[in-house]
Amino acid sequence: MYKVRRWVVRHSQAFETIYNWLEQGLVKLHPVMQKIGYQRLEKPVAIFEKLCKGLLFDCKMCGDCALSATGMSCSMNCPKNIRNGPCGGVRQNGNCEVQPEMRCVWMDAWQGSQSMRAGKQIHAVQLPVDHTLQGSSAWLRKVREVVVKQEQSSK
Amino acid sequence: MIFHDEPTPGEMLPILEGHTSAGRLERVLRAGLFAVTSELSPPDSADPQEVYDRAQIFDGFVDGMNATDGSGANCHMSSVGMCALLTRIGYAPIMQISCRDRNRIAIQGDVLGGAAMGVTNMLCLTGDGVQAGDHPQAKAVFDLDCMSLLETIRGMRDKGEFLSGRRISTPPKVFLGAASNPFAPPHDFRPYRLAKKIAAGAQFIQTNYCFDVPRFKEFMARSRDLGLLEKVFILPGVGPMASAKTATWIRNNVPGIHIPDTVITRLAGAKDQKREGQKLCVELIQQLSEIEGVSGIHVMAYRQEEAVADIIKCSGVLQGRTPWYPGRDQQRLQESYKT
Ligand code: SF4
Repeated sequence: MYKVRRWVVRHSQAFETIYNWLEQGLVKLHPVMQKIGYQRLEKPVAIFEKLCKGLLFDCKMCGDCALSATGMSCSMNCPKNIRNGPCGGVRQNGNCEVQPEMRCVWMDAWQGSQSMRAGKQIHAVQLPVDHTLQGSSAWLRKVREVVVKQEQSSK
Repeated sequence: MIFHDEPTPGEMLPILEGHTSAGRLERVLRAGLFAVTSELSPPDSADPQEVYDRAQIFDGFVDGMNATDGSGANCHMSSVGMCALLTRIGYAPIMQISCRDRNRIAIQGDVLGGAAMGVTNMLCLTGDGVQAGDHPQAKAVFDLDCMSLLETIRGMRDKGEFLSGRRISTPPKVFLGAASNPFAPPHDFRPYRLAKKIAAGAQFIQTNYCFDVPRFKEFMARSRDLGLLEKVFILPGVGPMASAKTATWIRNNVPGIHIPDTVITRLAGAKDQKREGQKLCVELIQQLSEIEGVSGIHVMAYRQEEAVADIIKCSGVLQGRTPWYPGRDQQRLQESYKT
C-alpha cells in the first residue's frame, strides 16, 4: 500500500533496527531450520514474507532484497526497476517521471537512508538483479549467507 | 591538432598508453583539449544516405556524435545500425545503449558487435519510460539499469568476461560514458550518484540541457569536493531553443529538463526568437567552458542541426582546431597544393 510504504520510509531508522533484530533472530534459529530443511521451509516462509513485506513495502518478491541499501524504500516499485536510482527524469516536485502521481521511489530512498545507521550503503553500486530468485525468500537466503560468512571467519 | 595516424575506415588506431580505447574522443579529452560532441538523431527510414547527410552537417565541428537509442522511447533506426553505417566511413560515433528495450543477453551481444565494427565510445543509459514515446503499449524491459550496465561493459572490457563469467576472446576496447542530470531532485544526492557512476566505470559524462548555470556550478563544486573531477571528463549539455513556446513545451513535457523562467522570458522578449535561442546557446557554452572540471560540451540541437556549426564557431571553444571528419585531410592536402 502506497501510504504504508511512505510511512515506513519516514520511520526508516526504526525499521532498520527491527530488521537487524529479525536477522539476528533468524540466524540463531539456523540450527533448527537446518534440521527442518531450508527446502521445506522455503514455501511457507516465502508466503509469510510476501504478506509482511507486501503490506509494509509493496514488496515485489524479487528475492534479491536491497531494502537496507535503499532507505527501506523498495526499488522494485520504480517503474524502471532501477536499483541504482534516481533516474534523471524525476519531476521538479519530486514525483516520478513515469507515474506523475507517485513520489519517486528514489527520492524516498535518499530521504530514508539519511536517518539510517547504515545509510551509507546507498552509495554502493548494486549489481543486476538475479531474476532466478524471483518469488523466493530473501530472508532465508540472507540467513544462509550470514551463516556461511560466520563459518568462514571462524575458520 | 592533427593526429598523423588518422584512420583508414575499418581499421583501428593504436591504443595509446593509459587509454582504454582507440577512439579520437578519448584522445582529444586526454590531451586536455576542449571536446565537442553532438546528438545525431536517427532517421525514420532505411536509407543509409539519410544517416550520412545528418552526420555531414557536423563535419569539422565535433569529436563524436551520439547515435541515440530510441530516445524519448520513440522508434527510429537503431543505434547499432547507425553506428555500422558511420564507422564504415571512419566516423567516431558514441553508441548509446538504453536498458529499456533489451535484456542483458541482447545488450552484451550489441556491445561486442559494436566494438567489432569500430565503435570506440559507448554511453550507458537507463532510458526513458515507454509511456513517453510513440509506443506506450510496449513492454518495458529494464533488466539492467545504467549503473549495472556500466559495470557489465567494464567487466567485458577489463576482465574479458560476460556477466555470466564466460570468457570473451577479444574484449571490446571502449571508452565508457554515462549521463547525469544535475538539475533533477534530489539535488544533494546528484554528486553522489555521479560518484557511483564513476565507481561503476563511467569515464566521461554528458549532462542534460544546462540552462541553470548557478545550479550547475554548485553541482561541480560538490563533485570537486568529492574528488570526482580528476576521475571523469564532464561535458555539459546545451542546445538552442527555437522559441519561448518550444522551451515551455519541452519543460512541461520532456522528463528531466529544467529551464528557468528567466530563459523563457528572454526568448519571449526577443524579436527573432530563434536567433536569440542560438545566441543564448553560444553564451552558455562560453560560460560553461570556464567552469572548473568542464572538459567539453555536448550539443543537442534537435531540428536545428544546421545551426550547430555556427554556434560552435561563434563560441570559439575549438580554438582553431578542426576535428577529423571523412575527407578532412585530403581537403587540406588539396588546399596546400593550391597555395
Ligand atoms: S522518477 Fe524515480 S521512481 Fe520514477 S522511474 Fe525515475 S527513479 Fe524510478
